[in-house]
Order: sequence, then C-alpha cells, then structure tokens
Amino acid sequence: MTQAVVASSTIVGVDAVAVEVQVDVSTGLPAFSIVGLGDTAVLEARDRVRAALRACGFDFPSARVTVNLAPAPIRKHGTGFDLPIALGILAATGQVPRGAADAVAVGELALNGGVRPVPGLLAHAIAADRRGLPLLLSEDALSTVSAVAGVSARPLKTLSTLRAGLPDPRRADTRDANRGTDGPDLAEVHGQPAAKRALEIAAAGGLGVLFVGPPGAGKTMLARRLPGILPPLTAAEAIESAVVHSVAGLDVESLLAGERPFRAPHHTASTAGLVGGGSPPRPGEASLAHNGVLFLDEVPEFSPAALQALRQPLEDGYLTLVRAEGRVRYPARFALVAAMNPCPCGFLGDLVRPCTCPPAAIDRYRTRIGGPLMDRIDMTLRVDRIDPGCLLRQTQDEPSRSVRERVCAARERGRHRECGAPVGAGAALLRACALDAVARRAVERAARVHRLSGRGVTRLLRVARTIADLADAVRVTEEHVLEASCYRAFS
Amino acid sequence: MDRMEIARRGEDAAAAFLERIGMTIEARNWRSASGELDIVARDGDALVFVEVKTRRSERAGTAEEAVSPAKQRRIVRLARAYLSSDAAEHDGHVRFDVVAIRVIADDRALLRHYRAAFEATP
Repeated sequence: MTQAVVASSTIVGVDAVAVEVQVDVSTGLPAFSIVGLGDTAVLEARDRVRAALRACGFDFPSARVTVNLAPAPIRKHGTGFDLPIALGILAATGQVPRGAADAVAVGELALNGGVRPVPGLLAHAIAADRRGLPLLLSEDALSTVSAVAGVSARPLKTLSTLRAGLPDPRRADTRDANRGTDGPDLAEVHGQPAAKRALEIAAAGGLGVLFVGPPGAGKTMLARRLPGILPPLTAAEAIESAVVHSVAGLDVESLLAGERPFRAPHHTASTAGLVGGGSPPRPGEASLAHNGVLFLDEVPEFSPAALQALRQPLEDGYLTLVRAEGRVRYPARFALVAAMNPCPCGFLGDLVRPCTCPPAAIDRYRTRIGGPLMDRIDMTLRVDRIDPGCLLRQTQDEPSRSVRERVCAARERGRHRECGAPVGAGAALLRACALDAVARRAVERAARVHRLSGRGVTRLLRVARTIADLADAVRVTEEHVLEASCYRAFS
Repeated sequence: MDRMEIARRGEDAAAAFLERIGMTIEARNWRSASGELDIVARDGDALVFVEVKTRRSERAGTAEEAVSPAKQRRIVRLARAYLSSDAAEHDGHVRFDVVAIRVIADDRALLRHYRAAFEATP
C-alpha cells in the first residue's frame, strides 16, 4: 500500500502554522495510530474519522494506518485535523481521484461524515493564501473566509463530495456594505458635555479615559458609545480583529462589517481571561478588544495582578505570553475606558448625598489601580449625576454620526502631520506640538501643579495635540494645554 | 455438556461457517506459552485471526462483550507470536474477526460474524 500527504495548519497564537499530515497505509497488524504531539482532541480523530469514512460509503482500510503530524515539535490542538487525516487515508487507498488532496484541509468530522467548521478558520485561510494553496473547509464557514481576499475556498458539506475530487472554488455573496454601525448613539446621553468632549478627544487621539463618578452618573452608558464615534475599521483592521475573534471561536460578522469591537469584561475576570492564557492558550479580552474599546467598569474591583498585566499591551499594543509549550504573541491595541466610583460607597463629592466612607477606606480604594497603570491612562475626569430636569427635558443631543465626522477629520490631520506614524513621544511629539512661549509656560505650570512625571507630561502633550487637531490648529496653544490639563484631575 | 464441550462445539460451528463463506482454515487452537488462538484462517490474501465466543445464556453478558480490551490485547500478542513463528509465512494484510455464538437449544444456535472487529492499536 501507499502513502499520502495532505497540507493542513494549526493555530499558534493568532497565526496558523503549516502542518503536514502524512498518512501511511501498510500491511501488518491492523492499527490506527496518530503521532506528532497531538492533544486528546487530535487523538480522538481516530474514532470520528473511522465512523465518518464508513458512513459515507468509503472503505476504512483493515491495515496498519499511521498518521504523522509534521513538524513534530509543535503541539497540535483541536479537531481540525479530522478532515486532512480522512482525506489522507482516502488518497493513500486510492478512493478519491488524484488531486483531491491538493489543498490545505481544515475541518472537524461528524460521525455521519458531515464537515464542521473549527475555530480560527480565518487564520487558516490567511495561511493558505500565503502558501498559495486552496483551502478545503466546511461549507458553513464559507462566508467567514470569503473576507480573505486572495484565498481560494473549496467548501465541503460532507466527505462523500470528495469522490468527485476537490470541490470547485466558491465565494460567499459579498455582504451588503452595511458600514453604518447600529450601536448605541451618543444622542441618547443627556447632558454630560464634558464627558462627551473627553470621549471625542479619546476617539480622535486613540487615548485612554478614566471616568470617576457616583453610581448612576452614566459612566457605562458613555463608554458603550465610544465605538460608535470611532472611525469604522479599515479592511485590514477588520481582518486583524476578526482573526483574533475567530481563533477564540467567536462570531466575526460584525467586525467584518466594520464595527469596532467593544469588550466589557466583568471585574471578576482572571488574569488569563483578561490578557489571554490557558491550555491551549486563548486570546483574552484585551486582545478581543484589539482595534476597539476595552471597558473596565468598577476598575478598582479587578484583581491587581490582572490590571498590572494590562501594562504591556497599553505600551506596546501586543501581549506576549510565555508558557511551557512556547511563546505566543497576541495583538492588543485598544482604547482603554475605565470607570470607578470616587470611593467605596460611591458618593464622595456628590452634591446631594454625603459620603459615608472612612478616609482610610477611600485611600485604599484608590490605590488599588496602582500608580503605573494610572500613569498610562491619558485622561481622568469626574462624571456627576445630572439634574433630573435635564434628564426629562426633550433636548436634541448631538448624534454619534456628526461627532464621528470630527473625529475622522482630526485623525486625518494627525496622520498627515506624522506621515502615517502615530503620535510618538519625546522630540517627535514636541516638534508636532510646535509650542510657543505662552503654551510652554502653561505646560510647565500644569506639570508642577499636578506633579506630573516625565510620562505624565508626554500624556498631557498628546492630549493637547489631539485637542488642537480637533480644532484644526497647526500649533498647540495655551488654550489647548489648559483644556488638556483639566483631564488630569486625579493624578 | 460441560464448558469445554460447549466451547469446542462452538469453534467447530464457527470453522464450518468460515469455510462456507470462502475462508480457508489454516490452524485451530494454535498454542503458545501465553495462550491459544481459536482459529487462524485465510480470506483472500489476508490472514485472519478469529476469536470464538460461545454463550448459553446472556446472564453474564453477551458473547461479544466477553471480548474485552484486555482479551483483545492478548489475542494481538498471540497473533504477533504466530506471525513470527515458523507456522506463518505471511507479510500481507492481517485482520481480527470475532464469531459470537448464542446457544438456544442442544442442536440450535445463533452465529454472528464480526469482520475486522478490533485492531492492534496500542
């Protein structure tokens, strides 16, 4: 008997790494073994493949079947190898036409021979495209992988189809360019002009915000409306974000339609849940928020370890996990929006209700976030409960759409000035700000009053530069610096 | 009829059946130090090791159930010994079959034949 080789891939981090599925069918005591560092799900393929082949009327060879997943040192996870193993057995025993195995095959098999999608198909599609091979996959996932422009997708409903050889390439109908996001609108938030302004600045500069205020002030409502005023995802960003969601086994439809992700993990989230981890490693909330918004409500309630783990992505835009089985890297460039009460009871500084917390409890509460993380939040501002009269008045607040136009224009100006690079630090930032003498004095004064660290001054300038961009100003003036220094209320 | 007698008659019936469906019996009750193989037969170019299980009642489980994973491993071990002994000159396909017999009267029984019932998978 003979051998066959089928191309496949396995997920490492958010990339699909090429794996060669080698099948050897030879005489000897009948046996079916899979070698090459597969996890339990990979080994269980034996029973699924056997049942699926028989259900589709193929012969399962009563022979010695050995499957090797090469390269052997990479640990392989999941059920995606069912399809390439079955295809390899069919090719080795001559039950499918020549050429039926000339594709990257990724799919799980049902016992009746049906082909099911697996997590991470988007990453597999990108890898297949890079290798210049077609991708053989479940028909159910066709619409997802059609988002990858170059890939030639060969959808398959059941194994029986392979009798006629590799299926023809097909593409899902291009979805309607539904780029207008239907998320919550900023017009639904009454009042809160300062908080809305801060959101606009955050959106324009890609900056982090912390809202401090009593319960019911609208902090969460405001945060949920940030994705709606951000520019829609570009095609490249949409793929980037969708790959992370695909690897995590989540829906990618809204991302591919251009909607920015909004992730609001509960404060009981573990460190692994927030930044990724587990076995096999899965991307965490910070990575799922890539190119979107990560909202941490009740931020002092999060475990300090989980919060501190966010420092790397806030600085670098990605996360590196080092585990026994190797090192994985997840993208995590997100806008951080945090919300907290001013004190444990929530009413410190409220105009009506008195705070009942002992001063020591307030200090303890505030220090839970930790200086280093606070230093990486660009803007902090207080959000107070609004007057009931304002809530009931039929006013027309500005809708997200028009705010978004200003945000897009400001980002465009920033991009133009920086020749595409994001607002940097140090000399480049100073040059971009082009401060005059008056503005420079304002920066010095703010730095002294707020006792800003070096990084704090950089943050202040970055906020000021964004405010100037929103105002279509070439230079950062005293007025912009003064507004920026308002957003450092707690540091 | 004692147990040995039941087993022997069951194996006779199984061998007769296998010959009727076109297999050639190569050995019966092949013994080695660790046990014995009920029937070794040829089916085309494949060498078939057949385990025969005969039951008078299903009180202790069905005949098929009696071929437990441990028993399968023992048969595989014996098959390896057979293949490496002088008795066999074979390098083609190998198969493990099970014949399950349920006795319903002194002269009547039901016979079921499982082709490729198990494998040598470790």
